[in-house]
Amino acid sequence: MPTLRLTVDGVARKVEIDSRTSLLDALRERLEVTAPKKGCDHGQCGSCTVLLDGRRSLSCLALAVAHEGADVVTASGLGSMDEPHPVQQAFLDHDGYQCGYCTPGQVCSVVGMLEEAAQGHPSHVTSDLDPEALIDLSNDEIRERMSGNLCRCGAYAGILDAVRQVHAEAGNGTGGAR
Amino acid sequence: MIARPIETRAVGAHHDRVDGPLKVTGHARYAVEHGPDEGVSEHLTAWLVGAPVAKGRVLRVDATQALATAGVVSVVDHESARRLDDTGEQGDGELAILQDDRIHYRGQIVAIVLAESAEAAREGARLVHVQVEAGDHVADLDSEEAELYAPEEVNAGHETDWSDGDVDAARAGATVVVEGDYSIPYEHNNPLEPHAATAHWDGEVLTMWDSTQAVHAVASTLAPMLGLEVEQVRVRAPYVGGGFGSKGLPHSPEVAAALAAMAVPGRWVRLAVTRQQMFAMTGYRSQSRSRIRLAAEPDGRLLAIEHDAVAPSAAVKEFVEQTATISRMMYAAPARRTTHRAAALDINVSSWMRAPGEMPGTFATEVAMDELAVACDVDPIDLRLRNEPATDPETGNPWNDRRLVECLEQGAERFGWSGRSPEPRTTTDGDWLVGTGVAAATYPTLWMPGNGARIESRTGGRYAVGIGAVDIGTGARTVLQQIAADALDVPVSAIDLAIGDTSLPAATVAGGSSGTGSWGTAIVQTAQQFRADHGPEPAPGLHTQTTTESYPDMAGHALHSFGAVFAEVRVDRWTGEVRVSRLHGTYSVGRIVNPMTARSQLLGGLLMGLSAALHEEGVRDPRFGHVVTQDLATYHVAAHADVPPDLDARWLEESDTLSTPFGGRGIGEIAIVGTAAAIANAAWHATGVRVRDLPVTADAFL
Repeated sequence: MPTLRLTVDGVARKVEIDSRTSLLDALRERLEVTAPKKGCDHGQCGSCTVLLDGRRSLSCLALAVAHEGADVVTASGLGSMDEPHPVQQAFLDHDGYQCGYCTPGQVCSVVGMLEEAAQGHPSHVTSDLDPEALIDLSNDEIRERMSGNLCRCGAYAGILDAVRQVHAEAGNGTGGAR
Repeated sequence: MIARPIETRAVGAHHDRVDGPLKVTGHARYAVEHGPDEGVSEHLTAWLVGAPVAKGRVLRVDATQALATAGVVSVVDHESARRLDDTGEQGDGELAILQDDRIHYRGQIVAIVLAESAEAAREGARLVHVQVEAGDHVADLDSEEAELYAPEEVNAGHETDWSDGDVDAARAGATVVVEGDYSIPYEHNNPLEPHAATAHWDGEVLTMWDSTQAVHAVASTLAPMLGLEVEQVRVRAPYVGGGFGSKGLPHSPEVAAALAAMAVPGRWVRLAVTRQQMFAMTGYRSQSRSRIRLAAEPDGRLLAIEHDAVAPSAAVKEFVEQTATISRMMYAAPARRTTHRAAALDINVSSWMRAPGEMPGTFATEVAMDELAVACDVDPIDLRLRNEPATDPETGNPWNDRRLVECLEQGAERFGWSGRSPEPRTTTDGDWLVGTGVAAATYPTLWMPGNGARIESRTGGRYAVGIGAVDIGTGARTVLQQIAADALDVPVSAIDLAIGDTSLPAATVAGGSSGTGSWGTAIVQTAQQFRADHGPEPAPGLHTQTTTESYPDMAGHALHSFGAVFAEVRVDRWTGEVRVSRLHGTYSVGRIVNPMTARSQLLGGLLMGLSAALHEEGVRDPRFGHVVTQDLATYHVAAHADVPPDLDARWLEESDTLSTPFGGRGIGEIAIVGTAAAIANAAWHATGVRVRDLPVTADAFL
């Protein structure tokens, strides 16, 4: 079996994997890293979202063998119980979750999404596609950009408020800037 | 003793979710996330194999190739599985898996593959060849072979048929009659955490972590089937990734997890149902059809209500939603007739999904009421006010505190209802046709006896409170601490609450909006008995345990919650695209225990109602008998971009100590009730097109 080297939440890990193993299963089944969740295993729900080399990624759709040496950050690596990441704190402040199963993926997705917006990546609802234009991170933009992460409890209102809070704390007011 | 009403301090105040930090950092552990630090090592992965036909017999489960696959340890089938002793009082055909060669529905569990890795288990399952003799199946309610029958009773023990007064005479004498057929498609609960279990059999005790809404129900269901005493089945559910009813009753994967563990004594087994398999194995809301006839005076006062509900039911296990019971109690009328009929089909087993009965029934009745309002040229709110019953039409009992009128009036005020044009298609915003709609909501107070709680004094003025309740995301872990604190007259921080474990006193299901009320009553009763036993300053180590027998005044009052839902809908005049731009709910649900968790739960219910209104539709292919929309790409649930920009839930300030000693009633279901009707009514107001079949999709407007 191939051995894969990963950095997971800041820790260098080695793991024997099957050539068929998804990154999600490498984390959950072989490394007992269970912050990323398996909700559908088909890239349809977003529960497995991690930051893969700094970008949000669906770990169930990533083949582990293709990510030798990758840096993986899960919700557990973003913050701790005592010192939660600002996004995690905002989820607590605005009750942006209920059952908690989609939550680690939502948190990673927000972190990745804010970075994408800061870098000027347009979304489906971005009206100005000029690459030099600033992204105005409106509520519609946030909703659109977070729609890859399903929440069956319907905590979206709290998630939106959480994102708004983090975005404002980062000095962005209502509009985003590069 | 019976619990007495308590003074509330913590109850009603904001308290952070006690498990929030665990959840947002990914440290909360769900059913298949228990590892070596909890004793789960060297586990096997189980993968389920479903029947390839809807009816017939298994001739042979050929596991030769599967067993030749590296890592595959065992394949359990109907010949090798442990024999089940008892499959329940009526013989539960859903749970009696792998006991014989009969196939009752497509996707029924016919084999379990056990392997050293998830990859090997999945590959092994692919290589199990199930040879079958296919029979002729009927999987379509409209098939000529689908015969309707009257079940002995419908869900929750309601009478199949119930009538009052002379409906035919009332209709014959009525000036206005509104008649229509309304339908709900198959809907699937789809909690984000798939049904899953980690199980271990040591020859004496079956230990499970299960994704369930009721640990004690799992143990008490599995134990007799497995020939065990209930004490020999330990079930824990510390964190559960949603349920919405689908984890309220044990389903066949839980039996499979037990059978798998017992096939490999001494080894841990992890079994996770795939998202696709959930559509066959874990319950769902059946499609249903309601024929409604409302007979009324010209001013809209009802003379007769007729509600006839029809739904398919699995031939292997009957489940019929109480779709028409809403029409027995919601509005005043001198005559009414309600019936339920079912057809036994060769399909998988339907079960509870958020507000079974009330949700589909209210879609039908509240759209019909909107049509009656139009027919009588009466404002939809006024129509409902004119049909307020002074007492419960079904029982004749006085209401606990029916405040539907206030919900409607306060909701209307906040929504800005007054001045609404009664005519449809009168408001546009660019290419959008804009309309508004309203619907009423209700849900009964379900209170379950038989809940136990244990309270023990600890050092430093702390109290350990234990009850086998489950927090599926509702906030139970938080609100039960608040209730315990008030019942013991101590700060919330002095309570150490333990839940989600059959080693704790027995608790009933987190379902039917009954959890907080039923469990909370047990905690209050035990706290009051603890004080009677041990006084206000007990030494450490003293304990009291009690079990509830009764509390609410069910015999003397009709106990219900009420609400009003307002929606603004926009329909694109060219594409028919439907968007909900505003959605408000106003509820009378007794005292709110925690405004933060309550708001989230009510908003979540409104959104699931929106999801049912616009998106959700399970499509069964009658040729093969299975639901073909078996993933989240084809079975759509509301995503973040579907959330109305103006989404709001509020409640009336009140306390209902007829229902519970802390004054609260359950809130889990009511916000899905009526929501789809309000949206469909708003879509009519926007376009003039009356949609009576969910979901409301673009094609209806083109």
